[in-house]
Amino acid sequence: MGKFLPTTLTTSPHVQNKLDVRMIMRHVVYAMLPIVAYAVYLFGLGALAVVVTATMGCFVTESIYNRLTGREQSTSDYSSLITGILLGLTLPPSFPLWMTLVGSVVSILLGKMIFGGLGYNPFNPALVGRAFLQTAFPASITTWSATFALDRFSSFPSSTFAFPFSKPVVDGMSGATPLAAFKFECVATGVSDLFLGGVAGSIGETSSLLILCCGAYLAIRKMLDWRIPVGIIASAAILTGILHAVDPTYPTPLFTVFSGGLMLGAVFMATDMVTSPINPLAVWVYSAFIGMVVVVIRIWGGLPEGVMYVILLANALVPLMNRLMIPRVYGVRASK
Amino acid sequence: MRTFPHGIHPDDAKILTAGKPVRRFPFAPYYVVHLAQNAGTPARSIVQAGQQVRRGQVIALPDGFVSVPVHAPVTGLVKLVGNSLDSNGNPTPSIVIIPDPASCQDVEVSSSVNVDELTPEQIVQAIRDMGMVGLGGAAFPTHVKLSPPKGKSIQAIILNGAECEPYLTSDHRVMLEQSANIVLGAKLLLRAAKATDLVIAIEDNKPDAIAVMRKACENEANIRVEVFKTKYPQGAEKMLTKAMFGKEVPSGGIPADIGIMISNIATAAEIGRLLPVGMGLIERVVTITGDGIKKPGNYLIPIGTPLDFILSTLGTHGTPYKVIFGGPMMGKSVSFLESPVTKGTSGIVVLASRDEQERVIYPCIRCGACVNACPVHLIPARLGLMARKGEYDRMVSECNLMDCFECGCCSYVCPSNIPLVQQFRISKQIARERKASGKSNG
Repeated sequence: MGKFLPTTLTTSPHVQNKLDVRMIMRHVVYAMLPIVAYAVYLFGLGALAVVVTATMGCFVTESIYNRLTGREQSTSDYSSLITGILLGLTLPPSFPLWMTLVGSVVSILLGKMIFGGLGYNPFNPALVGRAFLQTAFPASITTWSATFALDRFSSFPSSTFAFPFSKPVVDGMSGATPLAAFKFECVATGVSDLFLGGVAGSIGETSSLLILCCGAYLAIRKMLDWRIPVGIIASAAILTGILHAVDPTYPTPLFTVFSGGLMLGAVFMATDMVTSPINPLAVWVYSAFIGMVVVVIRIWGGLPEGVMYVILLANALVPLMNRLMIPRVYGVRASK
Repeated sequence: MRTFPHGIHPDDAKILTAGKPVRRFPFAPYYVVHLAQNAGTPARSIVQAGQQVRRGQVIALPDGFVSVPVHAPVTGLVKLVGNSLDSNGNPTPSIVIIPDPASCQDVEVSSSVNVDELTPEQIVQAIRDMGMVGLGGAAFPTHVKLSPPKGKSIQAIILNGAECEPYLTSDHRVMLEQSANIVLGAKLLLRAAKATDLVIAIEDNKPDAIAVMRKACENEANIRVEVFKTKYPQGAEKMLTKAMFGKEVPSGGIPADIGIMISNIATAAEIGRLLPVGMGLIERVVTITGDGIKKPGNYLIPIGTPLDFILSTLGTHGTPYKVIFGGPMMGKSVSFLESPVTKGTSGIVVLASRDEQERVIYPCIRCGACVNACPVHLIPARLGLMARKGEYDRMVSECNLMDCFECGCCSYVCPSNIPLVQQFRISKQIARERKASGKSNG
């Protein structure tokens, strides 16, 4: 007696959810592709070139970094592709490609790898890159193209292939974004235009409807925390609603929610798992913070748009929020 | 519908055996009867090698209060009294019995009793004498639960028929086939605990069992059936009290602290079946299932039946990848072929092959899935980081590690495949050992 089966011995649980990091990241990439496709339809080849450059830039940067530092190769987890596509979506369609490339290198190196790679970065890497570009190239990053340019599928914007460090050529075709138009010219764009796209802006901040649909797909597959976009949109809408009721010269809640980068930020940026809170109450505070501060910056700040800076600021507060808002453990008295 | 916050929805795989009536399992060529079949102190053997024993005869006596006797599952010859291996692979005292070739189902019984005349104390004693423990898996002696500490009393009893573990259907079948026994057992438990309210808790994925049990207790004033949402770990004590009465078992406490006793539904069925005839607990219903078994089903198996006989009787598809005693969420994988069915074995799950490729462990991406799954509202992600750094004392003092009851939800949902509950199990062990030795660091 004393026989053993050649079975595997592990401790429980012996079953596991099929959803793993790779699968989640892959589906986030899938969910962003319709947004990219629609942007290419609206803006043409320039937009495509920017997104492809940003994505390839991030992927290659991470791969080279891993090779140089002798780290295990991590590009197969798709997270660098997400960073790249997101960065591309925040840039103007006519943004010079060499600047795009600089942005992706900054995103991956300063936004992610120096902290230890996926899971350790405090800030959303794509927004780190975007913030760098905003500071380094303020003119190019606020040069917007109009939608439906006739030659958009036949030629690139002249600025796309601008030579590095040359003075950027600014085309005369720049169209004001709805937010800039509202802030500086007091012109409100119709909500249906905002909802369906067809307005000037960054590559990814066109159709709010499309972004919502893509986000809903991820939320239903449990790959995206629905509380964050819901919290951001609700808090921004409520705050503007109050202001608009007091003084109708303030934008309407619908305009606030559907204009600029709010939708893209709420659905794809603020929901970055690594840089958003894990504790339930902290998640709601985080999203309410983003929604309300965006409104404050847009209305009283010097910039027409503030989604990027607000999310970065909120990212910085995440560890504090997690620490302060620890859930009450079952069976433990609340008083402490 | 009654439920609790958080938890998970694993694929329950109950379809393999839910429709299969309980069948009696044949006698094995040998039996390994563990003496440590109850939580608490193991029983003491009162037989020697070479001695003849009869099915139902007491072969080991309780040692202390938290201990119950053990009965011979089969008529035969005691081959040896010595050590075997338990499900952790540690030596454990056991009695090996070789059945007589002509052994049959006849059972030695003590005198049958008129249950209506028993006092509460006599019922508790009878339950102890039959060797009864919780049949859900923890195997805690039932008579101890019925004797709450001084100053505490039991107002309500929950009979746990939730059966939230995937694959297992033994409780489901017992409810369908032994509703009268359950009701009789429930009445005995109510009288023994001097309680007035008994709830039969069933998850809504077993509508047939709900209907049968409702019918069986329609004339009972103190017994009712309540439906719970199908969610793991609904059957955990802490979750049941919360979902049923909105009350939480205090941290570090027991359900009796809030006047509640929880017992597995199969325990009540066996009490109702055995107590009136004075029989001991010598067999139990076990779900034997999984894609590695040729004839999955629910079987009434004598306690002590070894794994090799079970596998050869029911047939396997090749060499199993994993054999699990209990359910896949909290059960133990075993490889020792003489591992026997014990009083706490509710199921044996045989998995044919790994269901997917080797799982890569990624860094924690702080997705919060574990936080949203943990039924006791711990922060597994943070505990996991602390475990990696060996900060066991901080895990206990700052993060309530000891409130973890190892349900495994965190590891189940983790998209980075981090073995969270596995780390916590070890961390708890280390923290307990440190506390015992009065040492502390970190």
